[in-house]
Amino acid sequence: MGALEHVWGEFASWLPHVQLAHFLIVSALLFAFGLYAIITRRNAILLLMGVELVLNAANLNLVAFSHYKMLSLDGQAAAIFVIILAAAEAAIALAIVLNIFHRFQTVNVDEISSLKE
Amino acid sequence: MQLFDVVFYLFALVTIVSAGIVVFSRNVIYAAFSLLFTLFGVAALYVMLQADFLAVTQVLIYVGGILVLMLFGLMLTSRVVSVDIKGSSVQTAPALILVALVAGSLAGIFYSTWKSVPAASSAAVTTTPLLGTLLMTTYLLPFEVASVILLVTLLGAAFIARRKRKA
Amino acid sequence: MAHETLITLSLAILLLPLAGFVLLIFFGRRLPRQGDWLGTGLITVSFALAVTVLVQKLTQYHDETLGLSFSWINFHDVPLVGPLKLVLGVQVDNLAAIMLCVVTLVSMLVHLFSIGYMRGDVRYSRYFAYLGLFSFSMLEIVLADNLFLLYVGWELVGICSYLLIGHWYEKKSASNAAIKAFITNRVGDFGFLIGMLTLYATFHTFNLRELFEGIQRLPGDGQGWLTAAGVLIFCGAIGKSAQFPLHVWLPDAMEGPTPVSALIHAATMVAAGVYLVARTFPLMTGDALMVIAYIGAITAFIAATIAIVQNDIKKVLAYSTISQLGYMIMSMGVGGYTGGFFHLTTHAMFKAGLFLGSGSVIHAMHHALHRQNDHHTDAQDIRSMGGLKARMPVTFWTFVVFTLAISGVPLTSGFLSKDEILAGTLAFAGLTGHALIPVIGFLVAGLTAFYMFRVVILTFLGEPADAGRMEHVHESPAVMTIPLVILAALSLCFVFSLNPVDASGSWIARAVERPATVVPSVLAGPGAQEFEEGVRHFHWTAMALSLTVAGMGILAAFMTYSWKKINADAIEAALRPVHTFLLNKWYFDELYNGVLVRGLLGATVVLRWFDNTVVDGIVNGAGLVTRGVSFVSGRFDHYVIDGLVNLTAWVSGAFGLLFRKTQTGRVQTYVVLALFSVMIFYFIFRLG
Repeated sequence: MGALEHVWGEFASWLPHVQLAHFLIVSALLFAFGLYAIITRRNAILLLMGVELVLNAANLNLVAFSHYKMLSLDGQAAAIFVIILAAAEAAIALAIVLNIFHRFQTVNVDEISSLKE
Repeated sequence: MQLFDVVFYLFALVTIVSAGIVVFSRNVIYAAFSLLFTLFGVAALYVMLQADFLAVTQVLIYVGGILVLMLFGLMLTSRVVSVDIKGSSVQTAPALILVALVAGSLAGIFYSTWKSVPAASSAAVTTTPLLGTLLMTTYLLPFEVASVILLVTLLGAAFIARRKRKA
Repeated sequence: MAHETLITLSLAILLLPLAGFVLLIFFGRRLPRQGDWLGTGLITVSFALAVTVLVQKLTQYHDETLGLSFSWINFHDVPLVGPLKLVLGVQVDNLAAIMLCVVTLVSMLVHLFSIGYMRGDVRYSRYFAYLGLFSFSMLEIVLADNLFLLYVGWELVGICSYLLIGHWYEKKSASNAAIKAFITNRVGDFGFLIGMLTLYATFHTFNLRELFEGIQRLPGDGQGWLTAAGVLIFCGAIGKSAQFPLHVWLPDAMEGPTPVSALIHAATMVAAGVYLVARTFPLMTGDALMVIAYIGAITAFIAATIAIVQNDIKKVLAYSTISQLGYMIMSMGVGGYTGGFFHLTTHAMFKAGLFLGSGSVIHAMHHALHRQNDHHTDAQDIRSMGGLKARMPVTFWTFVVFTLAISGVPLTSGFLSKDEILAGTLAFAGLTGHALIPVIGFLVAGLTAFYMFRVVILTFLGEPADAGRMEHVHESPAVMTIPLVILAALSLCFVFSLNPVDASGSWIARAVERPATVVPSVLAGPGAQEFEEGVRHFHWTAMALSLTVAGMGILAAFMTYSWKKINADAIEAALRPVHTFLLNKWYFDELYNGVLVRGLLGATVVLRWFDNTVVDGIVNGAGLVTRGVSFVSGRFDHYVIDGLVNLTAWVSGAFGLLFRKTQTGRVQTYVVLALFSVMIFYFIFRLG
């Protein structure tokens, strides 16, 4: 299987020389972890942490593209807006969570179902 | 491997591992604290990408603001003194498969598309003044809108979180 | 001083009171002393600047009009309207410079007086805030170089008047009076608005100078509509200056605090109507001026007769204000531009003084009645006063000066301005043959002297109505008497003219000259040249006549109320119907109530009957027909349509049962499903 070996060889020589795709792959992993937290966590706050991971992954992408000239400085500007909105989102979401906690004595999202049926 | 690459792998490792702890840890306090390391790791990656302003912002807002907020949230909503400090998870098996699929395809796409791009110049430039100019010119309107959003958020959060007096 | 500096100073004069208003309305209650010093200080600075501007204007730019304007909104070409462009600006001519001084001076003194008069009031800081807003609005009217800005200020002073009349809104009569003032003003303002828009529709500008130029370019005949436009604009003045037939609000407006009556309802706002006529004087046709003259004369006469029988000190002053405003309007109407404006200025001084003096009296009476635990006697009723001269010397002597001024006694400012007006009416009668106007003019002069001295005698002279009460009456504090003394000094003739018998050489007569008319010559009234000659010709006649009638009025007042040579009660009994008629203010309120309010109510009765029988009949008939039709269609609906609908519902229900399983209500499940779909699509496109 020469083709596979060729691909592997290319990958092995690519790996130590950090460039754009390295950052992108780190961000892909971060994104996947964030997604996992969003899907599986029952605690609303941990779920929010997953959202933050996803946002960070996106930001990392933007900044990386910006640095490697695939995007201009606009990438960084967009990242700043993402951070601003993340802060706003976190504040509101936590306020809601606190309110929910006062009412239901729990923050587990699957137990808060008074609107269901 | 040069020093740059070594440092990258170091921080990438910190980021990924601590992100893993955030996601998989059953102890919510551990999860929250390892998020701290994830965020710091991302900030370090920003520095390597010469996004100095963003790195500082990341530390200030994420670590100084959002994370503290989350910790407060956790403390206020978990009965820390009692046993219920575990963050249980649901539907782990389908989620693992799915997430692995997503991560694999994303990484595949990234690798195959951008595996060889021209390296960026390593000359140190500071992007902060350029970014400031950009925010005050091209992105002036979004910038102002963002400030309004923050104001509304502030008011909204205060209003929602306020304990209602029993009528 | 440079041209620009002067304009900048005028803008500063305009904006300082506004700044005071903003600060006081938001932070007033937190400032030390509730911020009265702030409002007073700012208006004092304004006054100082206004004096500077006036002096500079008269010495350096005597015959120029300084202006500054900027384009505010430009809508370009608007369908149906044409080019729509708003250019706002200020102008400082001699008229405006003098008015700036008068307004800021009276406002400053009223601020000062209020510190004493309003002490301990519940809404102390708000009161000063509104005074600031009022000063700003009035100054805006004064400085505006276009009708638009003028109208904005015009409405703003209306609002301030409403707010300040209703300052003690817990009192039902006060809030009613505020509403009455506001609504009555609306009637007049509506006319003003229409007149303004009529001019705009023709000339596409609000700027006064451009309007005048536009009118001048019009062809000479077929311009009768100019009369209508002029009269409509004058409608605004009828409302604001409380002219017949919209004068009914001003007496009720006395429900407001007395310093407010002095500022708004005596010296400045009500004079805005006169100022408006002065501003638009060039576009008034001869016929419009005739209407103005007659309205003024009628108002002066009606108000003077009512003032004779009123017993409330502020009501007397209110009617006297209406009467004097009628004088000014009449003077404008006959062409006595200078005289009318001169009287506006002098009247602002002595009438503000009279109101502040009455405020001082009321303040003292209030205090005395309070100490006596008497809550029934009206503190404003002159019959319960008397003999206050000994207890309140400063108030008394200043009040006498003001009364002499308003009666037109020599050496006072009122003497000069009144003569100017009366000579003007004589000249007008000589030119046009309308003899009624000078007759009313002199009659009112006599009546004015009579009722004003009646007030002085009943209030300050003679025996006290209640000796015990006198014990508690004290002179007002210095912060209230100082404004009185200042105003009294300004009511002397030397401020305006060194020659005490002829004002034609005074600085004010030189500064304010009648502007040339711009209307086509066929529509114009008597020319300025002939009028001036007439005034000079009748100068001494008017002076002799007015001195005679004023002297007769004063003499009659003393005969009746002081020496008791004439028995007032006997006259009252003999003229019972006339007295009742006057006491009820010519039944204007009843007339408006009867005709307007009742008329409206009557109309509603008719409309209700119409509704009940005709409209309801039609509706019921239609209902009956509809019911028959609907019965038929109901059957059809029930069996055919409902059958189909039910079938559809059953089918969807069956599907719903099937898909219900996927709808867990958990967002996380949805995320998983969505992601799975994305991945499936991805692989399909990637591999396929």
